[in-house]
Amino acid sequence: MSRGKEWVQPTERAGMTSITAPDSAGPLTRLLRRKLALFGLILIALVVAGAVLAPWIAPFAPEEQHFDGLTLQGAPLPPGGAYLLGTDLLGRDLFSRLLYGARTSLLIGVVANGLALLIGTLVGITAGYLRGWIGGALMRFTDLMMAFPALLLAICLAAILSPSLWIVAMVIALVNWVQVARVIYTETISLSERDFIAAERTLGAGTGRILFRHILPHLMPTIIVWGTLGISTSVLLEATLSFLGVGVQPPTPSWGNIVFENQTYFQSAPWLVFLPGAAILALALAFNLVGDALRDELDPTQRGRD
Amino acid sequence: MAAYLARRLILSALILLGVSLITFFLLFVLPADPVRQIAGRSATPQTVENIRTQLGLDQPFLVQYTRYLGGLLQGDMGRSYLQKTEVSSLIAARMPATLLLMAGAITCELILGIGMGVAAALMRGRLGDQALMMTSFVTVSAPQFVVSLLMLYVFAVQLNWFPIGGYGTFAHLVLPAVTLGLLGSGWYARMVRSSMIDVLRADYIRTARAKGLPRLRIVLRHAMPNAVLPVIAMIGIDIGMFMGGIVVVESVFGWPGIGQLAWQAIQRIDIPIIMGVTLVSACAIVLGNLLADLIAPLVDPRIKLR
Repeated sequence: MSRGKEWVQPTERAGMTSITAPDSAGPLTRLLRRKLALFGLILIALVVAGAVLAPWIAPFAPEEQHFDGLTLQGAPLPPGGAYLLGTDLLGRDLFSRLLYGARTSLLIGVVANGLALLIGTLVGITAGYLRGWIGGALMRFTDLMMAFPALLLAICLAAILSPSLWIVAMVIALVNWVQVARVIYTETISLSERDFIAAERTLGAGTGRILFRHILPHLMPTIIVWGTLGISTSVLLEATLSFLGVGVQPPTPSWGNIVFENQTYFQSAPWLVFLPGAAILALALAFNLVGDALRDELDPTQRGRD
Repeated sequence: MAAYLARRLILSALILLGVSLITFFLLFVLPADPVRQIAGRSATPQTVENIRTQLGLDQPFLVQYTRYLGGLLQGDMGRSYLQKTEVSSLIAARMPATLLLMAGAITCELILGIGMGVAAALMRGRLGDQALMMTSFVTVSAPQFVVSLLMLYVFAVQLNWFPIGGYGTFAHLVLPAVTLGLLGSGWYARMVRSSMIDVLRADYIRTARAKGLPRLRIVLRHAMPNAVLPVIAMIGIDIGMFMGGIVVVESVFGWPGIGQLAWQAIQRIDIPIIMGVTLVSACAIVLGNLLADLIAPLVDPRIKLR
């Protein structure tokens, strides 16, 4: 969608002179040629590295309260000094908490979105291939879910079910699968009307074989694109729930609940709110950038559009 | 047209019925006991049982739901458990604030979104275009609560231009409306950009240019109406999204709308209010989508209602 001249030129030029020189680069290479996508991938790599290596990089334990971590008046310390990014209202090292928080945010983002993708694909593919009353019922249910105020539903569920990491992930999946189901449904319908599927059916292939050997592979680009864009949505939703105090519960650090714990100090200690905030933004942005570039590269319906 | 409208309205009513059933069911099965909240901690088991019977919460699910639905059909949304007031009058009292915020937010959103989109299309491929598209990515990836706190920090705490939250004057409206408008503008900017690029390629624009019309006139009088109108039809969808997602901004800015009402009710498990706000939001979503579908063919006669 957002194609600037500079990084799209190679493909465009290749497209125009395709008779003589087709673009031989694979999707990954073409992805790396896009500056924004590359930027996104680097951001993701940084966060993943921080999350995986947290026990080795983090200067302190994330839940350790330091005696010298607060001023004599009991206020948190600003960035710089012994604590790289300062301390929070309990005298804990913010940098260490952010590193461990990356684990929570990534884990929930990926797990929640994986679940949403699974539910959405199953519902979409079943409804799209079987049609009939089962398909009709499934899609009416999807319409129903579309009419739900998603954030309100998620907050309500999370608040009532005293949340663990997994419950937060499930709540997010529960409100996020709907979009996937609709997209997969539409594509499955158009795929199952194509000749090669009809030919396969004539040859006597069973429903399972057609779905998994023939339709699912064609849906992969869409699944990959939504799998990437959806992580961004999930990360944001987790942060929002945790910010409201109904997501991941302290003392387990998550970027959202670090803001939640410290928001009363945001006038005197703004770094406690804006550093985790910047981390959330960076991660969500990264998955959006990569997902958007993937859509341009993989999704045939988007190719050539602006 | 009349048949289409009738069918859509009946379908909308069914969807709302489904939303009410599912929400009621979720609140019934989830381990949330409103009676404990009402009775308080020191209540004797006898008092707890009395309140339960009094509110009819000891009845089976279907009895409770049909009673609620019966009331709803007569315009009665029940009474708040804790405030002892009619839910409909609580919502009615909060509605003007939410509608005001929504109007302000949509105004900002359209000004920013259309401005950014048109500018990006005119600078297509150049640095300005890339910067604007990057901005639009940032706005769709930014968590609402972080941007809200950032706006408060910069414009209320540091610069002291606006009050730090609350409701009443125009100055109170500015920050929450701009926050919501800014976050929603990226979405519009990208749609406006791509439809503007399509329009600028059209033959009639080339004709206008060949006639020697001034560039500004071509952009404002010839291109923009065709590029921007289809996007404006999307406002309907936006209204629905606002109603479901306004909780965070209203609670950060202390804006006394239905989002704040819902958030307070969720914390106290005040089921009638949660039900009421969910239904009102679902109504807004359903009607917003209907509105978008009805406006689309007016703007673009090629679209036919089916």
